[in-house]
Amino acid sequence: MGDLLCSLPIWLVPALPALGFLVLAVIGGQLPRRWAAVIGTGSVGLSAAATLGVAACFLRHPPAGGVRIETLWTWIDVGSFEIGFSLALDALSLVMIFVVSFVGFLIHLYSTEYMADDEGFSRFFAYMNLFVAFMLMLVLADNLFLLYLGWEGVGLCSYLLIGFWYTDAANGAAAQKAFIVTRVGDTAMAVALLLLFKHAGTLDVRQAMAWATENWAPGSTMAVVVALLLLGGAVGKSAQLPLQTWLPDAMAGPTPVSALIHAATMVTAGVYLIARTHAVFLLAPPAMTAVAVVGAATLLLAGCSALVQTDIKRVLAYSTISQIGYMFLGLGVGAWSAAVFHLMTHAFFKALLFLAAGAVILALHHEQDIFKMGGLRKRLPAVFWTFLLGSASLAALPVVTAGFYSKDLILWAAWASSAGAPWLWAAGAIGALLTAFYSFRLVFIVFFGDEKGHVDHRPGLKIVLPLAVLAALSVVGGFVETPGWLGHVTAFSHLTESALPAVDWAVTDHHVEHRLQAVVAGITLLGVLAAYLLYLRPSSIPAAVKATALGAWLSRFWLSGWGFDALYDRLFIRPFKGLAHLLRGDPFDEISATVARVAESGHSALSRTQNGRIRTYAFGIGVGAVIAAAIVVLT
Amino acid sequence: MTLVLLILVPLIGGFAAWIAGRRSADLSRWLSLAVALVELVLALTLWARHFGADVGSGGPWLEVVQRPWIPELGISFILAVDGLSLLMIVLTGFIGVMAVLVSWREIESRVGVYFACLLWVLAGITGVFMALDLFCFYFFWEVMLIPMTFLIGVWGHERRIYAAVKFFIFTLVGGLLMLVSILALTFTHAAETGVFTFAYGELLGTPVASPAAFWIMLGFFVAFAVKLPAVPIHNWLPDAHTEAPTAGSLILAALLLKTGAYGLIRFVVPLFPEASATMVPWALWLGVLGIIYGGVLAFAQTDLKRLVAYTSVSHMGFVLIGVYSWNELALQGTVMQMICHGISTGSLFLIVGMLYERIHTRDVTRMGGLWTQVPRLGGVAMIFAMASLGLPGTGNFVGEFLIIFGVFPVNIAVTVAALLGIVAATIYSLRIIQTTFHGPVAIAVKIEDMNHRELAMMAPMIIVIVWLGLWPSTVIATFEPAMESLFHLVPQLVIGGY
Amino acid sequence: MTAAVLLGHGLVIASALFVIGLVGVLVRRNLLFQLLSIEIMLNAAGMAFVIAGARWGQADGQVMFIFILVMAAAEVAVGLALLLRVSRQVRDLDGDAVSAMRG
Repeated sequence: MGDLLCSLPIWLVPALPALGFLVLAVIGGQLPRRWAAVIGTGSVGLSAAATLGVAACFLRHPPAGGVRIETLWTWIDVGSFEIGFSLALDALSLVMIFVVSFVGFLIHLYSTEYMADDEGFSRFFAYMNLFVAFMLMLVLADNLFLLYLGWEGVGLCSYLLIGFWYTDAANGAAAQKAFIVTRVGDTAMAVALLLLFKHAGTLDVRQAMAWATENWAPGSTMAVVVALLLLGGAVGKSAQLPLQTWLPDAMAGPTPVSALIHAATMVTAGVYLIARTHAVFLLAPPAMTAVAVVGAATLLLAGCSALVQTDIKRVLAYSTISQIGYMFLGLGVGAWSAAVFHLMTHAFFKALLFLAAGAVILALHHEQDIFKMGGLRKRLPAVFWTFLLGSASLAALPVVTAGFYSKDLILWAAWASSAGAPWLWAAGAIGALLTAFYSFRLVFIVFFGDEKGHVDHRPGLKIVLPLAVLAALSVVGGFVETPGWLGHVTAFSHLTESALPAVDWAVTDHHVEHRLQAVVAGITLLGVLAAYLLYLRPSSIPAAVKATALGAWLSRFWLSGWGFDALYDRLFIRPFKGLAHLLRGDPFDEISATVARVAESGHSALSRTQNGRIRTYAFGIGVGAVIAAAIVVLT
Repeated sequence: MTLVLLILVPLIGGFAAWIAGRRSADLSRWLSLAVALVELVLALTLWARHFGADVGSGGPWLEVVQRPWIPELGISFILAVDGLSLLMIVLTGFIGVMAVLVSWREIESRVGVYFACLLWVLAGITGVFMALDLFCFYFFWEVMLIPMTFLIGVWGHERRIYAAVKFFIFTLVGGLLMLVSILALTFTHAAETGVFTFAYGELLGTPVASPAAFWIMLGFFVAFAVKLPAVPIHNWLPDAHTEAPTAGSLILAALLLKTGAYGLIRFVVPLFPEASATMVPWALWLGVLGIIYGGVLAFAQTDLKRLVAYTSVSHMGFVLIGVYSWNELALQGTVMQMICHGISTGSLFLIVGMLYERIHTRDVTRMGGLWTQVPRLGGVAMIFAMASLGLPGTGNFVGEFLIIFGVFPVNIAVTVAALLGIVAATIYSLRIIQTTFHGPVAIAVKIEDMNHRELAMMAPMIIVIVWLGLWPSTVIATFEPAMESLFHLVPQLVIGGY
Repeated sequence: MTAAVLLGHGLVIASALFVIGLVGVLVRRNLLFQLLSIEIMLNAAGMAFVIAGARWGQADGQVMFIFILVMAAAEVAVGLALLLRVSRQVRDLDGDAVSAMRG
């Protein structure tokens, strides 16, 4: 059986959704909705099945070196620049394709109901399939050039899906913003590729990393520069400081899109990239610190912004930015496996939260303002319970949720790793308070209290089933890696140890670990309690805080995401538009226009001498002759 | 013999289409289509004959035709193809068919003469790509200019006369400068060796004294930079593109601009390596200027055709920096970029033409939300907008990134500026989509989606651009030997490279 | 009288004739008189040729004079024909009135 599974090629995993896209793109318009749904969902489902097969083979017969490579064809071959169109499956990719194809499948299934009445039904599934195909290419790519293909491809799909309801100009603006901002990050990443190729002479990830480890001294300038540039690409894609502004706006897309692309998969590509190129980062301690600082700062900033949002999807969007901040924090302190672990659990619970939010939005006739919701606990019990589990996992309620295990690992590493520091841990701990607070604020406002909206659509099986599966995963997904006092399961780190190095611990005292865990658990519960007191009990405190000048200013400031949009508008958008406006007539055209004008005025001056009178001409001839004669005689 | 046929078929076909046009416009259309198809088949058979074949010891030339023309003046009729010329000719054949197809309903007046001009332009372009005698080259250079001027001036839009005159003057002045340079080079060669000849092969390696070499080189450079076009002598292009009929814009973008790039690669650098080396910093920064300037101006336009025209300026800036980086990666990327820009920008012009036929405007402020009515056209436009912003999976990505990888060791600042140009490309490409197919619905009238003829045009374009993105080695393998022999002639212009 | 003196006097007369003709062309507006003035200028040139021929004893001067004579005849034929057309067209012989060829 194992051997049979091993004959299953890896390329099937991305090829099936790509095929689904092709079919839907070419004949999707003519297909009945049922068929479009079957093709769209089925292709991703088959891809998930293929993933299972590939994974089974990988686990039973671990390939030599921990990586299975499949070269499909030579993509580009120019002199020394040889890029294979080849896929590589190692433990890291395996986790990623598992998350992408399974969560992707559940979200596709959910979408068949969520998008059922939409005009662009088959178009939606075409884009979604294309996204899954590109995302799988990204994580399976054997070299950075091919990774870049997936990287840009998912950016395209993100653009297409954010602007899916294209007749609204605001959606189009959000979609363009997402594409352009991430492309700014991609520019940095492209320079990193250039440098790697110039020095290492290859873009093959493994070879380039091996070369760097061998040839670059730890802390060497080039390693730091490359690592920082890669970080630049990662912060663009993963919506981290300073390129985080696009993600909240990206919520303009349909909710399943937010769940798949802007929570579970694409936005975590930056984390994947850094994990994939960890060798360079290990050589560049300053860059590692930068990653950790970016992560810590982002998680605090976004956490604060999430506190005051009123749009349910924007709360979740800021929460996503914040959670990816945790992943960056983990990466920055060298807890590679923990970051990827959090990536996985986050994919489960955040996809769940978005999908549940989508069910609420659908039930309330596309209402997204949480203060117009309320009391939905009774009306939508299935959605309520799954949302509650998702929120608990997001808040990282101790022991019972997946989010706890992954976040705990990151926080412990932030304290105890050699690259860690107490203040990094403190940032994470404050973030935990914020997370617990805003996630339960959401639960209490939306599902408790008085009923405000009218529920006119109850979720069917195709919505409830993905919610249930993801809710289950949000709980049990964490049990693959547990702390020492709780069974000490190490399945996840055991799996990823072939691809990612272990944490370099500076502190190994388990008492410290337990004490810190207790502190974080306490902080988390405090956050939940605060949310309970402020939003579930009748309380005038939020209103009172908002009434103070500082409160009002802060709430506006956080609502706008710390004013980054306004800043970038001043710094980049307006100057660019101003320049474009200034140049629109093409000033260089003036040069040739001036030549033409000079010729024209010369022409009109000379043509005035051509007055049509013979006598004048004769006079001219006479004078000319006299002058000519004078010259001859006098010289 | 195929080489001569490649020129004769469109040349004679043009006369035939003219005569046929007096009887019936449709006859002229079908005849032109047949001629264009024959041309394409000829080009493809030529490619097939040399596909994957090893280049022999006789240099990169795959086929050569040589006849004396005016032996007293050392002028001979030399046609030859290497991998570079071959691909350009295949591109010419391919775009030629599209140009005939797109004119099918658009052109209603003086159909016969129109197709005659169209086919003669193709003949001229084919000649330019094959001529290896400088006099012969100059001859074809002018042959392609005149019918093109008529295409713009007679069948163009509102300001067609202005655009045609501007195009003619710019190109003619450039061409005359080149003629002066050709003569200067020939006389220098004659003074050195006593042999009066215009043959490229013999003129190669002519030692020209240093200040003179620079000026002679500059004559060639200006002629080709006008065609390319390089900022600041690009400004004939937006007008010509905007006012030309769709087929005219298509040929301009896809083929005529390539003759400029071809000239730089084939003539300027190999004939004047030292003088070209002194040009490198200028050319690189002119290229960057073109990339950024074209990108910003594309964003600022409201006329869709003008917008696409400025994207050409931006993309051809990459070609300029690619040529003057003169290393393997950059040069191969340049050729890739030439081919892919031809397909992608040509397609964007086709799309603009189709929109114009439907809604009779090119003003983007009056468009919006067209996807609702013409989803197929929107999808096609999306693909080529993505190609234009260099999305991986399209050939443009391969071209642009090969160039960038090639430029990087030569000049890092130029590379970073070029990458910023790619960001600018993202901005203007998305704007194309946003203002036309996305956004609030602005057109109330009912319009038809693409018909079979249009699908038959666009489908091959899409297939080719994606094919080039995923299997670029199909074409790289063909032009690689040609490029290598160029390196043999001029190993490097500047220090740097892999 | 030496040949040189002959030459000097003759050329002075020829020049005077030429200037008279030229002034005539410049100051008269009547096309007929302008034609006459041109004839005078032609004859001045012819006289110069004859004098020069006599001075060096060459026949070329006379040959050129005959040539000028013939040319003048042809010119008068064309000129008078044009003059007739002009007078029919504009009902005037004012040369300045016929300025349709101005730039």
